[in-house]
Amino acid sequence: MSETLALEVRNITKRFPGVLANDGVNFTLRKGEIHSLLGENGAGKSTLMNIIYGLYSPDEGEFFIDGQRIEIKNPHDAITRGIGMVHQHFMLVPVFTVAENIILGSEVTRGFTLDMTRAREEIRALSHEYGLEVDPDAVVEDLPVGIQQRVEIVKALYRRANILVLDEPTAVLTPQEAEDLFRIMRHLTERGVSIIFISHKLKEVLEISDRITVMRRGKVVGTTTPAETDESGLAAMMVGREVVLQVEKGPAHPGEPVFAVRDLHVLDERKLEAVRGISFEVRAGEILGIAGVQGNGQTELAEAITGLRRVESGAITVDGAPVPDRDPRFLFERGMGHIPEDRQKHGLVLPYPVADNLALVAYYKPPFANGIQRNDAAIMENAVRLIDEYDIRTPGPLVPAGNLSGGNQQKVIVARELSRQPRFLLANQPTRGLDVGSIEYIHKQMVAARDNGAAVLLISAELDEVMSLADRIAVIFHGKIVAVVEPGQVTKEQLGLMMAGTPAEEVL
Amino acid sequence: MTESASSKENWLRSLWRAVNIPTAAVLLAALIGAVILLISGANPLDAYSALLKGSFGSLDALSRTLEKATPLVFSGLAVAFAFKAGLFNIGAQGQLLLGAITAAVVGFGIHGLPPYIHIPLALTAGAIAGGLFSAIPGALKAYTGAHEVITTIMLNYVAINLTDYLADGPWKDTSPGNIVARTPEIAAAARIPVVAGIPLGFIISLGIAFIAWWLLWRTTLGFEIRTVGLNPHAARYSGMKVARTIILTMVISGLLAGIGGAVETQGVVYRYQPGFNVGLGFDGITIALLGRTHPFGVIPAALLVGAMKAGSSTMQFDAGVAKEITDVVQALILFFVAADMIVRWILRIRAEEGEKITLSTGWGQQ
Repeated sequence: MSETLALEVRNITKRFPGVLANDGVNFTLRKGEIHSLLGENGAGKSTLMNIIYGLYSPDEGEFFIDGQRIEIKNPHDAITRGIGMVHQHFMLVPVFTVAENIILGSEVTRGFTLDMTRAREEIRALSHEYGLEVDPDAVVEDLPVGIQQRVEIVKALYRRANILVLDEPTAVLTPQEAEDLFRIMRHLTERGVSIIFISHKLKEVLEISDRITVMRRGKVVGTTTPAETDESGLAAMMVGREVVLQVEKGPAHPGEPVFAVRDLHVLDERKLEAVRGISFEVRAGEILGIAGVQGNGQTELAEAITGLRRVESGAITVDGAPVPDRDPRFLFERGMGHIPEDRQKHGLVLPYPVADNLALVAYYKPPFANGIQRNDAAIMENAVRLIDEYDIRTPGPLVPAGNLSGGNQQKVIVARELSRQPRFLLANQPTRGLDVGSIEYIHKQMVAARDNGAAVLLISAELDEVMSLADRIAVIFHGKIVAVVEPGQVTKEQLGLMMAGTPAEEVL
Repeated sequence: MTESASSKENWLRSLWRAVNIPTAAVLLAALIGAVILLISGANPLDAYSALLKGSFGSLDALSRTLEKATPLVFSGLAVAFAFKAGLFNIGAQGQLLLGAITAAVVGFGIHGLPPYIHIPLALTAGAIAGGLFSAIPGALKAYTGAHEVITTIMLNYVAINLTDYLADGPWKDTSPGNIVARTPEIAAAARIPVVAGIPLGFIISLGIAFIAWWLLWRTTLGFEIRTVGLNPHAARYSGMKVARTIILTMVISGLLAGIGGAVETQGVVYRYQPGFNVGLGFDGITIALLGRTHPFGVIPAALLVGAMKAGSSTMQFDAGVAKEITDVVQALILFFVAADMIVRWILRIRAEEGEKITLSTGWGQQ
């Protein structure tokens, strides 16, 4: 790693109405290094990256590339200067092929026609050089998320990027895919590419980074290296106080089974069997964790047991009584709480005020409604109370939920679901994409719900989360539960192996 | 600043945000209309002042404006209401026609009822006809996913041909000397009176606009409708019956359009005659968009379009300008409201989150 700076920004300040998003930020990126940018939601990381990529123009500040002062007014400037960005939400055309997506915006032409043969060759050469295997002829929508991300990276490299910004690239990846990504990132830096890596996940940042810069409330708190710090050090820097990373919980006192599924079969969108005969029960006062690599039937399982997806065969029971098919309200009425996998798709109505979102499930009955009339006073009262109780950072109860940061959006859902004091709680990826402060908070709330006698089903792709929260762990692989273990009895590695399909008897 | 002052200021600001684009769209449309008038050799000032005189210049003119605006309030409400559930009801025209002919049948077919029973009875019948008719696209959307824009457009033709047939066949006016397709005149007791120059139908439309607002923002049903419109996935998640809500919304939208047709029959035409209600339902689209798909916004929008309809003959007589220029202006208004980015760009108004109106979703989107 040389000391030459690939990129330097000095004194970047960016104001939004009412917010100082970046406050005199200095940031340097050396040639061939992986420099992580860490911070809570709303700390200003994305603003800084969008400024570097020319999506926002800063109010103050200067850019230097290879020591030269430059202006970046729009993404086109950034691309010409060799800056490439892989957004958290991919900017790919789903029905185009990989090659078509990659050349989009910098098409190779022969007269008026596209020279796809040459494009394909160039892409093959690129993927070979950087160890990024992609099939140029595959249609993007058929590819798994991890590969789609690879396409985004190839796309940036195709435009001759030597500075790559990866905005929370692992948020959408399985642990295995994340490992692949890290291998690719190291490979890229060996070839002189410099990478800015944005993440919430402290472990990853420590594993992959050469340097780590932490931001808080629009300012750079400090820059450190993995050798000089550890998880709790980074967490404290991010949040500005000591954070309990280990979940504090006492032993479980399981009671009667509240919720059970027997020999459940569920189909996915393509009518393929995604859940292939799953049985389990969750008892009052325990957390059952379902660990698995994403795409092994968890989504379909969660949707089936919360009434969002048809059950092909098998039984779902609450307190021993069967549950009708596809009737979420029946379940809510019997004490279900549901923290859905996709908070923006299922959990919230983003244009609605926070107050309406907090009443989204129980809106139809007292105190939120008198007959068919809404009781706005009660809806407001509930919102004010929950905002305070669950520490939801919002300018007010009437602010649209879409204006809140991801962590606070999730807190709105957690507050709504837990305040109804559920007897059975399904939490599906409850902390995905959240910062440590919010994760700590949500974990505490889930343990508190358990201690209040709720039966909690936790579905998570985060091994650490399952290991630290669950009282029992069921490993799901290919639509089946392949093992049920207690967290104390297995190591992370053993769990990981089972999640990847190694038979339990070989592992344990 | 005291709290009440600041809340008043907020209120003013949100009012301004609600009216800035529509106002600008109307002014821009009038401006372009003026240019067209100039090109065609007329004096735009003369034309517009004649238009104003014909719509607001006298009590008679005002009464005519209200009369013209009345069915438009209903068709505007119909389109705006469906919009809240994310549905684009292009079928208001067909629903309105069925409402108009059904009110006519109840109007001429029954005799001897007192007005306070006959009037609401015919109105209700018209409403139900419109509501049932638009339950069809609602059910098709809810159960098969058929896009309501397509199905309502097609059902408009069904409505047009069905009412043409009925008015020329089973329900034809058989009085001696009549050769045109039309129903008999409705009973006097079914006619909605004009009191002191104000058509009572207009007062009814104001009441219905209030009920539509109350339904949407003060009831749990309205919350379901708006949730389905903004995020059907979240609606399903929270236990709302999305299919039922879609059908119900379409039915209510059709009810509103149906009353519009009934009011026109009972308050203006006094019978059903093909060709008399042309375009009233389609105008509802302009009016709903101009009124920012809000029940209260629909009222001034309907008054504006109603005024243009009312004043266009005066304009033709006094300024010698073809009536059709008002249609051009109306089309331009729709153009600018729909293409609000153009207006924002001209006025340098920044788009704010959640303020944009999506005209229609595609097939793949939900």
